[in-house]
Amino acid sequence: MTASTPQTSRPAPGAARLVDLFEYGLDAPICLTWELTYACNLSCAHCLSSSGRRDPRELTTQEAKAVIDELEAMQVFYVNIGGGEPTVRADFWELLDYATAHHVGVKFSTNGVRITPEIARRLAGNDYVDVQISLDGATAEVNDAVRGPGSYDTALRAMRNLSDAGMTDFKLSVVCTRHNIPQMDEFKALADRYGAQLRLTRLRPSGRGADVWDELHPLPEQQRLLYDWLVAHGDTVLTGDSFFHLSAYGQALPGLNLCGAGRVVCLIDPVGDVYACPFAIHDEFLAGNIRRPGGFAEVWRESELFQNLREPQNGGACASCAFYDTCKGGCMAAKFFTGLPLDGPDPECVQGYGEQLLAGRSKDRGLIPKPSGDHSHRTSPARGPGPVDLVLTRRPDRDRPPVGDCDEHPLAGMSLPRGG
Amino acid sequence: MTAPHLDRAWDLHPQVSVRPEPFGALLYHFGTRKLTFLKDRVLLAVVQALAAAPTARAACAAAGVDDKDMPRYEKALAALHRSSMVVERNRLP
Repeated sequence: MTASTPQTSRPAPGAARLVDLFEYGLDAPICLTWELTYACNLSCAHCLSSSGRRDPRELTTQEAKAVIDELEAMQVFYVNIGGGEPTVRADFWELLDYATAHHVGVKFSTNGVRITPEIARRLAGNDYVDVQISLDGATAEVNDAVRGPGSYDTALRAMRNLSDAGMTDFKLSVVCTRHNIPQMDEFKALADRYGAQLRLTRLRPSGRGADVWDELHPLPEQQRLLYDWLVAHGDTVLTGDSFFHLSAYGQALPGLNLCGAGRVVCLIDPVGDVYACPFAIHDEFLAGNIRRPGGFAEVWRESELFQNLREPQNGGACASCAFYDTCKGGCMAAKFFTGLPLDGPDPECVQGYGEQLLAGRSKDRGLIPKPSGDHSHRTSPARGPGPVDLVLTRRPDRDRPPVGDCDEHPLAGMSLPRGG
Repeated sequence: MTAPHLDRAWDLHPQVSVRPEPFGALLYHFGTRKLTFLKDRVLLAVVQALAAAPTARAACAAAGVDDKDMPRYEKALAALHRSSMVVERNRLP
């Protein structure tokens, strides 16, 4: 699942910068990410929302339509629908038609599993729908290692169906990793072959992404390659504004170059919880729930969290850096889930300040915040190059097994004198 | 693409959605998927008046733009035309 802020064109002459107006937030989001379900047919290693199994509390069709009514009233231009895999919801196509009939455009992310020739024709006939096919390798080998066996073929079949149906400019959406950054030209060729537009986004340490971030996030020299590639391709490649931390290499990349969390974007999750951004599913960034009286509009307008995010950013430890104006300290979620302070450098700071902080973190990874929910399949396939040899030992700081919530032993939690 | 003359009839592109904001308005084009903004309420009034006005100049007048401000609004309309937010009426691209 990925999110984006819209591509911006040049403002009318003489105008203030759009980004300056956005820093203080808007009465309604421009677009928002809406994850319709945690259910997914895949188990991608880096899933932002730790998806897999449906949550029994997910919004009903009627509740989802009420959200759309609210978005229409607030004049939200469009929603980025994701999940999980949104198309596995039985009412997905109904909700899609309902949204576009109510003047809320829909951009949805899919692994392609339900994009049959028939569905592709239906999508091609709706001007208010845009489709993002997720693919994280230009070859099956690189893609399937992250997204699972068969997922490359599924995505390519979906792209072929969309292309055959006459749909143009749908998106080929790629999360940039250590393994696919050398494939950028191949991705571009693949997108061109199907009349699609390439969209590159940043790997974030959110959801299951936190578990694989250390081994998948781009190496420093790859970040430079990616930046140069993005500068060379300019407006022809979309980024959902997700690489603004790379702007500190030199010229700013196209886009707002602003963290839009709670200002111009947010996330509604499958159970109606509203978070500041799709990469920050954690209580710390939870603004409210749309099921409460007042609905989404009240959360957006009144939430204390969002009010705080709408203050101009404080550079903190970055304030004295010459590049702060271009990178703005990077991504809040990336800092949070790697255990770095929010008012300091991004873990992938191109000046290397993030790496220094990462190296200085406590060895105890238990101190790093964990995402609030986990809907992963309970039987996900083994990851990585092969089995990992485990030697079971006791943690040296514990003299007894940890006490669980269901432990009813009367002496649970009591520490007894040893050898007594 | 040169902008049509101000004495012709203009309109918002049919795929453009306009959202008034305290500072002016946000415009989103569902065809190009581009976002832009209007920096003041008068320009918003001009854009909203285009559809019913016989010419773009008449729309400006209806929104209260006086002659000395006209060049500024002509420039703004031309910029909106370049990004296909507004089009010449009856000559859709």
